[in-house]
Amino acid sequence: MTTPKAHLRSNIIKDKLFFGIILVLSFAVAIPLIWIVGYIIVQGVQNLSPVLFIKDQNGGGILNAILGTIIVTTIAALIATPIGIMTGIYIAEYQNKFSHFLKVIVELIQSIPSIVMGILAFIWFVVPLRSFSALSGSIALALIMIPVVVKNTEENIRLIPLLLKEAAYALGAPKHEVILKILVPCSISGISTGVLVGVSRIMGETAPLLFTAFGTRIIHINIFRPMETLPTLIFKYVSSPVEEWIKIAWAAALILSATVFLLNLISSVLIKRWKVKL
Amino acid sequence: MARKFANTSQKETKNPEKAKAFSGGLFSFFLWFSVGFVALFILATLFSLFIFSLSAIKHNGWQIFIGTNWDPDNASFGGLPFITGTFLTSVLALLISLPFSLSLSIFLGEYRPTGRLSTLLKAVVRLLAGIPSVIYGMWGLLVLVPLMQKWQLSLVSFGVIPMGVGVLTASLVVAIMIIPYSTSLAYEVIQLVPQDLKEAAISLGSPRYKMIQKVIIPYASSGILAGHMLAFGRALGETMAVTMVIGNLNQMPTSLFSAGSTIASVIANQFTESTGLHTESLTELGLILFLFTIVFSFIGQRIIKNLSFER
Repeated sequence: MTTPKAHLRSNIIKDKLFFGIILVLSFAVAIPLIWIVGYIIVQGVQNLSPVLFIKDQNGGGILNAILGTIIVTTIAALIATPIGIMTGIYIAEYQNKFSHFLKVIVELIQSIPSIVMGILAFIWFVVPLRSFSALSGSIALALIMIPVVVKNTEENIRLIPLLLKEAAYALGAPKHEVILKILVPCSISGISTGVLVGVSRIMGETAPLLFTAFGTRIIHINIFRPMETLPTLIFKYVSSPVEEWIKIAWAAALILSATVFLLNLISSVLIKRWKVKL
Repeated sequence: MARKFANTSQKETKNPEKAKAFSGGLFSFFLWFSVGFVALFILATLFSLFIFSLSAIKHNGWQIFIGTNWDPDNASFGGLPFITGTFLTSVLALLISLPFSLSLSIFLGEYRPTGRLSTLLKAVVRLLAGIPSVIYGMWGLLVLVPLMQKWQLSLVSFGVIPMGVGVLTASLVVAIMIIPYSTSLAYEVIQLVPQDLKEAAISLGSPRYKMIQKVIIPYASSGILAGHMLAFGRALGETMAVTMVIGNLNQMPTSLFSAGSTIASVIANQFTESTGLHTESLTELGLILFLFTIVFSFIGQRIIKNLSFER
């Protein structure tokens, strides 16, 4: 038999205990982050050297992979951006059954594992052209990037006040002009953030590149030939027993993570600074 | 200046209807091209994966689902070890991450929706989501695997082979990777629990922890479930991190410590070195993985959609 007072006290203790557990478990999530980032910084900085940036893999550097990442990612972004923005505009601006259907499709595309995108690019481009190529890698990455751009574009276009659109229509502007001259400029900061987030997402993708861009140890810029990228280089070097290669992999991991982090930072600054005041 | 302006405007008004029709046509061409591409994408994926692996589908039959022997040299392609591995690692990862992701979403949704602590934790979650999976794999292989090996050495008397790599290690890494996906939806849903309900519970004398258990979690359960479904979909398709720490054995995993493979990891490992029927069988596995993830994502989406009707 508990008295009301004891009951209250036990409730207070239980309440504090519950909050304590929640607090500890929540902050435990930060442990792996600090652990991983710490390792990358410490190991990466130790193994960083200028040679990495001026020689290709045969010379003990990773310049070919850095260039490869830039080329493959840029082409993927060039393919994904227009398709993504257009689809985002359609979903936000054309309210009908088809646009609802599109929305579902985009979410489903987002859930497709990246390795399946790699198989697709393999079937569509590597098999007919009979060669691994940087271009097929870009296609695989573009397929991963499209949903990211679509979702960001859609969300930002929805935020534009109806009044602005009504004013443009009242002046007699056709729909495509309203979209191109009012909606897109007003939400440009959000849209470009979406593109940057998409780029930072695909920059670290490895699985779809293993059997599309494949990799080569020398520097070249022919997109119809195999090309090395930073993630695939890390994967290959980490799995190798050579001590020296694992050191290079740590440095490459630092370069890759820093770039991805920087892109994320730029995008969050962009959305704050460059936002059109409505 | 004024003249110049007049000239250009004259030029523009020369044939305004035609120019407008042209730009409008160009715009709708690009629009329909993009929209059509996206709309047909799933069908095209299904179709091309199916066509490409047709001969493997004919050759393997049900073996791909129930066969346990994966031997490309003898054209025997049993995919059960990989399907088992995929679900085993994903379910395990979800279970490991559950206490953390649930606490995090309760903390962010109920205790500290705003303020410095929540900004900090949200930044942690964002950064976790931003780390490329190959780097999770690298950390797993070079840092976590030696630790696991040391721990497993103390379990040798229980019949554990201290390899370090294996199903459990892979699940641990994946558990960390999916926390951002399972929390991001859950804490927003928890924030949406009506204030009235919470106040009613408090005014009946229920302490806060009981209110969370009996009001918030049941009310937000469908949203929490949907978030975890999405996270599960991610875990199913996770490739690089798993490939690097699971051990890549083409056999049924016998325990949590034994090496294994998932569908994604076996594709990543064998695809480039495969030819003919082997490549096609791997593609068939890819098709199966695609169907699994699509189904889970679709269920998750349905739950979210029902949720928005409730509001």
